Amino acid sequence: MIDNFLLLFDYPVLSADLALNGLLIGAVFVLAAFGMALVWGVLNIINIVQGEFVMLGGFVALMAAEAGLPVLLGIPIAALALFILGWGLYRLVIFRVIDRDLFVSVLATFGLSIVLQQLSNELFGADVRTLEAGLGTLLLFDGAVALAQIKVLAFFLALGLGLLLWLFLKYSRLGQAIRATAQNPRAASILGIDTDRVYAATYALNAALCGAAGGLVVMAWAIHPYIGLPYTVRSFLIVIVAGIGNIGAVVAAGLGLGAFENVAGFIFGTEYQIALVFLLMVLVLVWRNLRLQRKRMYLK
Amino acid sequence: MGMARWKWTGKAGRAALTAALIWAAFQPGAALAESIRLGSAISLTGKYSTNGDFTQKGYDLAAKAINERGGVEVAGKKYTLEIVYYDDESTPARGAQLAERLIAQDGVQYILGPYSSGLTKAMAPVTEKYGVPMVEANGASVSLFTEGYRYLFAVLSTTEQYLQPVVDLAAKVAHDPSRVRVAGAFENDPFSQDVQNGVLADIKRHGMKMVIEDKLPPELNDMSATLAKVRALRPDVLLVSGHARGAALAVRQLSDMRIELPMVGLTHCDSAQIIEKFGEKAEGFLCAAQWAPALKYSDLLFGSAADFARLYEETYGAPPPYQAAESAAAVMVFADAFERAGTLDPKAVRDALAETDMMTFYGPIRFDESGKNVAKPMVLYQVQDGEYKVVYPPEPAEAELRYPMHAR
Repeated sequence: MIDNFLLLFDYPVLSADLALNGLLIGAVFVLAAFGMALVWGVLNIINIVQGEFVMLGGFVALMAAEAGLPVLLGIPIAALALFILGWGLYRLVIFRVIDRDLFVSVLATFGLSIVLQQLSNELFGADVRTLEAGLGTLLLFDGAVALAQIKVLAFFLALGLGLLLWLFLKYSRLGQAIRATAQNPRAASILGIDTDRVYAATYALNAALCGAAGGLVVMAWAIHPYIGLPYTVRSFLIVIVAGIGNIGAVVAAGLGLGAFENVAGFIFGTEYQIALVFLLMVLVLVWRNLRLQRKRMYLK
Repeated sequence: MGMARWKWTGKAGRAALTAALIWAAFQPGAALAESIRLGSAISLTGKYSTNGDFTQKGYDLAAKAINERGGVEVAGKKYTLEIVYYDDESTPARGAQLAERLIAQDGVQYILGPYSSGLTKAMAPVTEKYGVPMVEANGASVSLFTEGYRYLFAVLSTTEQYLQPVVDLAAKVAHDPSRVRVAGAFENDPFSQDVQNGVLADIKRHGMKMVIEDKLPPELNDMSATLAKVRALRPDVLLVSGHARGAALAVRQLSDMRIELPMVGLTHCDSAQIIEKFGEKAEGFLCAAQWAPALKYSDLLFGSAADFARLYEETYGAPPPYQAAESAAAVMVFADAFERAGTLDPKAVRDALAETDMMTFYGPIRFDESGKNVAKPMVLYQVQDGEYKVVYPPEPAEAELRYPMHAR
């Protein structure tokens, strides 16, 4: 561990390499976390299927490439396919659990995630799959920092989609309906908003975001039918830290998480990487609780 | 045809069927001679289904070859081999149940192993309890052979040997082995930890220095933290063991991060399909394997390793992965033990198994006290010009090692 610290001092540029690579890893988490925050905020559902949507997005991108389409086109295709799947799942399962206890919806989406895992195992096989986007590497600082361009693409896609999402929620008709429904579903429906449709659109949008993330995962890393859980856990964590109503905070938390993971993994050894992520979450929650307590005291 | 049989619903029909069966059973030398039933619970569905399928194909191919040659001769009588299969759904609990069922309910007295160490570990206590011998071809974990099991035999090389040949090669090409610096990234699961232990022992023996020793969490989908260290320390050898995902990530991210090292050894290259997926980027990587068609082993049943590969490809339309080859060898071991035991008593067969000393297309097979095959070395491929070439063991090597790996 101390060796690793010293190594960072011997090669200062290494920390830039680690942090930048980490930011790019975080970008994919950000995409999945956008969706989770949306669904949580609007439908009041903690969507455990998140990771499976990512995984399915990867397989869709893979199939699109195998069908002879340009590899990068797989990302929007995955988003589109997952949008349709998300809509279908809403109509089939999710609408039934919306007004129920949080526990019921967690259970339902957990069940869905197992079903999707097993189905993809049947359909695509259990092998580890990858897809080459053929983008090459971006070298910075005389080659001391090397970033895979597909990850750079993921980063800007996450930022771009975040901005689009923000604009969409703020200015578009549907976006306003989504926000209205999130604030008060009853009032929204009295004012003529078809809340059921809003829910369906929100859920489908979430799936589409995850689908795009999945397309990036298969091109930058690897996928298999059981890869979903880490993505669910990460997006859950990001949303807990960032809160559900703030897209900027989701971006910051996601990228920060990625960078923290990578640097912590380097210093303390990769075996503690995940544990440290959770430790960080606990610390953030404790800190936030303390701050809230102070606020509460003022209120008294 | 099945329908016709089920139409016999009346009592008379059933009696007639029973009579026919009894008659058939007592016919001397009926169409098929008596058969020996082997049982196997393997992963036909679930996460090991690909390799479970290879396992079954290997078993079937060997049983078919043996039966076509006239079967197994035990005490002057010919028997054919028949294999009863169940699907363990890739879950250890189900595997243990099915082993119980095969033995207690179906009366099977000889078990062919499942796929993976985990499932073998789940089934071994059951076969042990009933005193039924199990010959397995796909559970390589060292921990299987420290429990004192007497009825468990494995034809494959155990996990700690997977990457040892890489260390050997590194020692051979170095002017001074004690100056060789090794980096390792091993997944934090039983398989890869075994691999790591084996490597560490060898590194120590050669006096090499381990400069990085990372344990990759199984849920990790990125290696850049480890590779950043590799980039800074520039070790002479990098070893990665993390199943197919580890192999795919290592090849992809080493190239993404523009890290060039003299020697990199991996496990599971073939299941990660590194050549097919990464093409040029996969050049020079060393890949551990249990067997390769290019090896110069041979036997009377299949002929040479290459003959086996040809037969397999004719039968199943794809070249044989080593999982299929070792599975075929497991059936041959059983056949050999039956003939030497001269009886079908499971205890006698077990003792005959323990005495096994045979040569197969898969390699030599001889078990030590604990039941693992100690006669066969691991094989190392190197990716050279888009093909896997055997570079180790030195004897049947197909090609010279390219060192450093990017040299042409």
